[in-house]
Amino acid sequence: MTQTIAFYDRVDQALHDTALQTALNRATTRFVGNRVSAISALCEADRLRDQARAIRAYALAHLDELLPQLAANVEARGGHVCWASDGEEARRYIIELARARGVRSIVKSKSMASEEIHLNEALEHAGFEVVETDLGEYIIQLAGETPSHIIAPAIHKTREQVSALFEQHLGMPPTTEVPPMIRTARQALRQRFLRADMGISGVNFGVADSGAIVIVENEGNARLSTTVPRIHVAIMGIERIVARLADLGVMLQVLARSATGQKLSVYTSLICGSARPGEEDGPEEFHLVLLDNGRSRILGGQYAESLLCIRCGACLNACPVYQAIGGHAYGGVYSGPIGAILTPLLQPDLPDAYLLPQASSLCGACQEVCPVRIAIPDMLLRHRADAVRAGKAHPVEKAAIRGYTLTMTHPAIYRASGKAARLFSRILARKGRFRRLPPPLHLWTKQRDFPAPPSKTFRELWAEHRKQRSQNGA
Amino acid sequence: MTTGSRRITFFATCIVDQLYPTVGMAAACLLEQQGVNVDVPDDLLCCGQMAFNAGFRDDAYTIAGRTLEVLRGKGDVVLPSGSCAAMIRHLYHELFAHTPFAAAADELAHRTYEWSEYLVDVIGVTDVGAHFSGRITYHDACHGLRFLGLGKQARMLLNHVAGAEVVPLPGCDQCCGFGGLFAIKQASISTAMLERKLEAIESTKADLLVTGDVSCMTQIAGGLSRRQSAIRTRHLAEVLANMVDAR
Ligand code: SF4
Repeated sequence: MTQTIAFYDRVDQALHDTALQTALNRATTRFVGNRVSAISALCEADRLRDQARAIRAYALAHLDELLPQLAANVEARGGHVCWASDGEEARRYIIELARARGVRSIVKSKSMASEEIHLNEALEHAGFEVVETDLGEYIIQLAGETPSHIIAPAIHKTREQVSALFEQHLGMPPTTEVPPMIRTARQALRQRFLRADMGISGVNFGVADSGAIVIVENEGNARLSTTVPRIHVAIMGIERIVARLADLGVMLQVLARSATGQKLSVYTSLICGSARPGEEDGPEEFHLVLLDNGRSRILGGQYAESLLCIRCGACLNACPVYQAIGGHAYGGVYSGPIGAILTPLLQPDLPDAYLLPQASSLCGACQEVCPVRIAIPDMLLRHRADAVRAGKAHPVEKAAIRGYTLTMTHPAIYRASGKAARLFSRILARKGRFRRLPPPLHLWTKQRDFPAPPSKTFRELWAEHRKQRSQNGA
Repeated sequence: MTTGSRRITFFATCIVDQLYPTVGMAAACLLEQQGVNVDVPDDLLCCGQMAFNAGFRDDAYTIAGRTLEVLRGKGDVVLPSGSCAAMIRHLYHELFAHTPFAAAADELAHRTYEWSEYLVDVIGVTDVGAHFSGRITYHDACHGLRFLGLGKQARMLLNHVAGAEVVPLPGCDQCCGFGGLFAIKQASISTAMLERKLEAIESTKADLLVTGDVSCMTQIAGGLSRRQSAIRTRHLAEVLANMVDAR
């Protein structure tokens, strides 16, 4: 996907979009509140997070054993496994499968991995009818947009906007009540489920020792997408694996609590392949697409920790930058703090992906909430270092840093430039502060004053204080 | 209380030295009053955080390397700024990993303290005999809060300020939007974050906004001043040293 406008423009657009600001405010406040109460209700929350991290770390360290084990178990139950090294391979596999089986209509249940490989576009381009079935995904599909949040894809939409969309596409009378909107969507989607030949879903966890895939949701549409059509295709990033069924007890708890503040999601499905002979329910065929798409490259490097992510979205909700600009401004598939780490790695072709790690005050709220304790700020800093190494730093910034380094390593220069600044401030400052500074510092003084250096430095005051003390015989 | 029983190196940090000398004086003098021998090395300038955060690791290495050298064998180091303390405690490890200075950096991390942390956790002081008549509210600086686990020390100290009414700040742990160069490079996001913070501060009807980090002070005071708010912004040390009206 190519971005037509630059990151900074997207940021400014987002900051001036009043509907977006309203929607973001309502939603993230609710999520954060829910999460806080769900977490504090859990006295052993910290222990649980340690366990969750250990489970994920173990899985990542043993991917080379666990993935073949998962694949073997899936195949033993009659499923098919596709090893896709990139999006192209995954798309081709799914399209060829759909063609070979005479598929016309496809229902989907939310999957960030399929967003990552732009599967919908490819399927539609190949002539298939594709319908997103989760309410949020359905809304943004009608709007022709992409998700703006990992778990709440339509978080940026206000109720009023949704009503307008449903009025336009589904003939619903305008309303701001949620229940009639849900009823309308449900009626429209039911037809699609019944008509669909293929269901495509994401995977929250693949369980190596049993060959099960786990899907967590609140609406029940994933259940329908994976069981009603005759073919079920699940797409799973290769890192989304746990070793044992027993690991789920911990993982499902931290996922639900971190994501939506629930104790457990409303629906948790463990799917072990297709319907067996004699079984009435379930698809005839099950395919698991194991998507690498850059992940094995991340694995051994300085961003490996980002693969611990279970896509709960807690870091997005906690992030003040995300709260201010929403998900679309990030430009990639994954937004928020974890998106700022993953996008430059998974979508290096996005021209301004390297700017995303810059858009952080490094406040650490993301790390504080992350259920697997990913050191997000540290990785943002590594990205920044990589960008500088790659020569992407702005020349003005580069010059400023050079000057700063020179000053801070030479006490004489340090003192001289401090003196110069105080002289300068005597001319330009009013009442001890600057209301306007020359570029690039004018970006500071647009909405903030800046303190003028007082007439004496701390060092000078301290020297005087010392002298006085010794004179007083202390 | 015998003078000289404890000895520390006071790392004023570049911003305190140049922009907030009274913060440095308040913090250092309060330590002296508690019987601590305070040493201020003349050539101790900066922790290198700005270069490190901007991704210029070679520059950060040059600055921090010098600081590491100056602080070698100097005993406990105390800083009146949470983010610089966090830089030394948390990030020097990454900066000096796989270099000849790795061990020295880790050793320094273990004897580095933020000022309120040193006062409360090391010396065990929570009442310094300060007084202030008015309402005080406290903003948790992110680096201190999340990378050093600070917050309770400042509140304990403030609760002992005679005459002060300490009121909670809604969203006290939300970032004020400073973030070093972020405040300039992403000025629009930074000020959007600041607006939220200012509204929360104003809602408390406090006379004084107190925080432990001069970086946040620069941002918050800059915003309050632009709004011509009557609420003043002070570093914790200034309040405790009864220096609220000194500037
Ligand atoms: S980085 Fe952590 S908090 Fe963010 S989505 Fe991933 S698991 Fe959740």
